Amino acid sequence: MLFHPVIIALLLSSLTSTAMVGASVPFAVRLLRRWDLASGSEAQLLLERRTYLVSTLVQLVLLAQLASLVLFVFNADRMASLFTGAMCAVGTLEADRFGFPALYANIALFFLAAAWLTLDHVDNRGWDYPLIRVKYAALLTLAPVLALASLAELAYFLGLRADVITSCCSTLFSGGGITVAGNSLAALPHGLALVLLCLTLLAVFALGLRFLVGGRGGTAYGAASAAAFPVALAAVVSTLSVYVYELPNHHCPFCLLKAEYGHVGYALYIPLFAATACGIGAGIAQRCADRASLAEAAQRTARCLAGWSLAGFAAFAIVAVCLVARSHLILFGPSAWRPLAEFVVGGGR
Amino acid sequence: MIHLSDVRKVFNQGRPNEVWALNGINLTLRQGGATVFRGPSGSGKTTLLTLVGCLARPSSGRVRLKDRDISGLPERFLTEIRRSTFGFVFQNFNLLSGLSAIQNVMIPAYPRGLPHKALRRRAMALLDMLDMGDKAEAETRWLSGGEAQRIAIARALINDPEVVIADEPTANLDSGLSAQFLAIAGRLKRDGKTLLVTSHDPFVCEAALVDRVVTLHDGRIVEAG
Amino acid sequence: MAGLERQRQLLDFALSSLARRPMKNLASLTVYTAVVFLLSSVMLMSHAIRREAAALLAGAPELVVQRLVAGRHDLIPTDRLATIRAVRGVAAAGGRLWGYLFDPAVAANYTFLVPPDRSIAAGTAIIGSSVAAVRGVGPGDVMSFRGYDGRPVAFTVTSTIAAESALVAADLFLVSEGDFRRLFGIPADRFTDIVVTIRNPREVRTVAEKIDAALPDARIILRDEMRRTYESVFDWREGMVLVLLVGAILAFAIFSWEKASGLSADERREIGILKAVGWETADVIGVKMLEGLVMSLTAFLAGYGLAFLHVFHFGARLFEPVLKGWSVLYPEFPLAPSVDEIQMASLFFFTVFPYTLATIVPIWRAAVVDPDMVMR
Repeated sequence: MLFHPVIIALLLSSLTSTAMVGASVPFAVRLLRRWDLASGSEAQLLLERRTYLVSTLVQLVLLAQLASLVLFVFNADRMASLFTGAMCAVGTLEADRFGFPALYANIALFFLAAAWLTLDHVDNRGWDYPLIRVKYAALLTLAPVLALASLAELAYFLGLRADVITSCCSTLFSGGGITVAGNSLAALPHGLALVLLCLTLLAVFALGLRFLVGGRGGTAYGAASAAAFPVALAAVVSTLSVYVYELPNHHCPFCLLKAEYGHVGYALYIPLFAATACGIGAGIAQRCADRASLAEAAQRTARCLAGWSLAGFAAFAIVAVCLVARSHLILFGPSAWRPLAEFVVGGGR
Repeated sequence: MIHLSDVRKVFNQGRPNEVWALNGINLTLRQGGATVFRGPSGSGKTTLLTLVGCLARPSSGRVRLKDRDISGLPERFLTEIRRSTFGFVFQNFNLLSGLSAIQNVMIPAYPRGLPHKALRRRAMALLDMLDMGDKAEAETRWLSGGEAQRIAIARALINDPEVVIADEPTANLDSGLSAQFLAIAGRLKRDGKTLLVTSHDPFVCEAALVDRVVTLHDGRIVEAG
Repeated sequence: MAGLERQRQLLDFALSSLARRPMKNLASLTVYTAVVFLLSSVMLMSHAIRREAAALLAGAPELVVQRLVAGRHDLIPTDRLATIRAVRGVAAAGGRLWGYLFDPAVAANYTFLVPPDRSIAAGTAIIGSSVAAVRGVGPGDVMSFRGYDGRPVAFTVTSTIAAESALVAADLFLVSEGDFRRLFGIPADRFTDIVVTIRNPREVRTVAEKIDAALPDARIILRDEMRRTYESVFDWREGMVLVLLVGAILAFAIFSWEKASGLSADERREIGILKAVGWETADVIGVKMLEGLVMSLTAFLAGYGLAFLHVFHFGARLFEPVLKGWSVLYPEFPLAPSVDEIQMASLFFFTVFPYTLATIVPIWRAAVVDPDMVMR
């Protein structure tokens, strides 16, 4: 399936990104070994100048990553018609065993690149390059992830065969499905999923407000927003999607993006991704505040990011509540509340 | 205000054409007043001004600006200091061709993100002060030497710097225009700006407004004035 | 707010900087636009064809049963209809009569069809717009063909089919059943093939298996399979063309790299001045990237717009032979305009991304000139 236009575009983007970041790896190693700010030597000056190039490159990679993530999912949805049994993106991703790993790797890469750019942004505020070694050590870990994500994507597209019969969301995410992750997510009881989501979001808001008001607990906030991402996704797959589709066994996280459901997925995912990226960034920035030259700048960046992150989570929560309220589906009758009550009481004990 | 201790600057280090442009400079410059750096070409006076003006870093030694050591600062921060503290008038003015006079004046302020209208007003006020108001929209390549220099001065002043640095300001001017430059320099000095000028023009070195003349030779100070 | 204002002023500067070197930038822009034009023509064209094919298939029956004799398609006996109708899950089954006729006068193939849903009087025909155009006939005219036994069969044209869905109706020739059998010599107990409608679309596959079991000499064609095959074929063709064009993209990237690194002394001096008067390396990079962005957007819009005109108004003269082409009748047809957002996105990856990557290193190299250069 390599000769598919969108696939060529995606591979072009991921492989060139890998090549560009890979090309900066030797530089990162050189920088880690030779960096000496006290020196006014021309070699040091060259190192400093090269950092501008690397920053710009990673920014570009992040943008490309974001765009190709969207394109990847979109295309998976579009290509579903090519696979027997596939009705949406899940089917396409299931058509080869590297499908979901490629998606997960690309999502991870997005957050890693965002985290690196936060680090870069904060470091550039300090007059003595306080984080330069951390930053380039981090780049050395970012590069292999990027390479792995590209390889997974390549393997996935190489493995795609249009005649493969794949399973789709209706079987995949209900009872006897195939993937472990998707299945266990979908099997999550609705009540539990919603309670987990509420508790996590409450924790996020509490920690975020504490940080914004009192200036403490930035790292905790970062960790909380990182944790909120999978919880929110689980809630989307297990429960929110059901409310949107109004079918008790339809759990697809991708169909939400379709026009039939008013593109409501964007209203959920964009705030969620942005909020998580900003939240992780806030945690990282706050961790940097212990460097003398960054005390003020890092704190400012952390607050700014935390503010955006909170706004994102709030938007996600509001959209989620609207979806539940608007839906004609009623999941929780009086009896359905019992396990929930048991869970809450049991948890309180 | 500016203090240099044992400052050296080398070009092409480690190569056959290695040059020590500055060789152990110790100098203190106070706020206000006008200082002229004198010396034959190649004596290092321009290099000295690039170090003082944060255009370059010394190869060794320390440069302190208002008690802050700036010799080891990365370019990013040097630029910030340069932008807010120093205004430059270059020897051949270095205006951007193809742009109007007023655009040239506003260029140093673009990265600061000031409101465009306020910025333009300020540029216009500077041009008016230098009697160049009617040439604001003229393209720079049609300006005479004296006019181009006044545009360059206005550009140096747009960010309201404390120090104005002029490199051989009278080299391309006849005596009438040189006198005009000195008049402008006198006005800047009265306004409290610190003036740092390189020149080997006796007309400048012996001018009444000059408080101090520093003489350089072969990268060393031979007379600190 | 300051950040926004700053971006605005940098953009202002980027625009004026582009305008100050019109010749150099126009050259780049022309090449860039040509590359976008080439790629988007291919994409728009194949997308439009794919849509036409999909429209064609949407009207096609869910399941077609043909008879195979010695591995070749043969006429199917009418008694098979009863066998098929007896299969559980089949809602209806009907015989179809269709075929091709070569017209030596214009060297074109017509598709002869007996419409199942309308009756046509004997001796008359309804023709596709392409047939009408090629033969220069209209309602009231008589067209005559040589029958299977050499005797002429004449048709009076009663009307033409509007060219709404070009690929489907272009070469159609609708006639009555009697005329069809007379023209081709098909006995009354034979059909070309049998179309089957299924009660529950989810059971198409099961029903197909049952029919297969009941009629061992039948070949069964599913609409879904047809659609999949068509799509893969078109995707593959488009992909092949794009892969061939990767050479063009590469050449374009190298060209952009060259252009961006071949800075004149004048531009170098300009960057030096900017840095000396207080611009930071990142500001210079920012302005240069903005210049690139303006170029990209302009080239993208211009190239895409031109490609749109090329494909939908001028019939994609440049690529037709590669992407279309099975019958001589088709090239006359304007494709129905349609824009696909995924396609625009991948086009963006094919053009803007390589351009940006190719210019990033030269831009950086120019941006790190020593700020004290202008004082030397």
